[in-house]
Amino acid sequence: MSDITISERQAGDVTILDLEGKVTIGEGSVALRNAIRRLLGEGKNKILLNLGSVGYIDSSGIGELVSSFTAVNKENGTLKLLNLTQKIQDLLAITKLLTVFDVYEDEAAALASFE
Amino acid sequence: MSSNLELILPSRIESVDEAASKAEIFARENGFGDDVVSAVDLAVRESVANAVKHGNKFDDDKSVEVTLEAVVNAFSIQVRDHGTGFTITEIPDPTDPANILNASGRGILFMRSFMDEVEWVNHAEGGTIVKMIKRS
Repeated sequence: MSDITISERQAGDVTILDLEGKVTIGEGSVALRNAIRRLLGEGKNKILLNLGSVGYIDSSGIGELVSSFTAVNKENGTLKLLNLTQKIQDLLAITKLLTVFDVYEDEAAALASFE
Repeated sequence: MSSNLELILPSRIESVDEAASKAEIFARENGFGDDVVSAVDLAVRESVANAVKHGNKFDDDKSVEVTLEAVVNAFSIQVRDHGTGFTITEIPDPTDPANILNASGRGILFMRSFMDEVEWVNHAEGGTIVKMIKRS
């Protein structure tokens, strides 16, 4: 069984990826990388990552969030984060990445911010 | 109270999940609560991942040795690799603005943030041991 499930939804020109499971070294990180690459390949560069159902993330997963962020920026796009768990919020605070990512608790507000 | 668990694992990514899962069971069996279990889980994952990737460089001929010890009010973890070693002071600070967008290099920061003591020592017969303690 896969460690992570990534589902895709479209809201206007924003693509929402709902992540469920673990974003950790190996399969979870690779799945996220592949999903972002595929979206960019399809010209979808406004991306909202919903992390509300991510039960676990490690330094590799945090690194993958950063890589996703820089890959999307490189394509003149925007990647934002939605529904951080307390654990993810703690890890982003420790790494000072809360100052890098645009983070939302409300999906409607997150989507409006892309306009 | 004192209880030990030793694991000898292959240099594969799958060893990260295996070590973390066994550490969690061992910690709970020895009466540790969520705070310790959560810190131990993260520290074991990060240290075993480092041993597999950076220490042993995925070499199947080299093992990762994990020693867990539960004592009164503390949980200790030792993870040994068989690599060439490194100098801890030469590891870049991942929170430095120059490094903040690096894709890797945050594992040691996590270990230091969630464990009460973390140190790296060179093994007399080669390789590096990371020693960590979490107090309850």
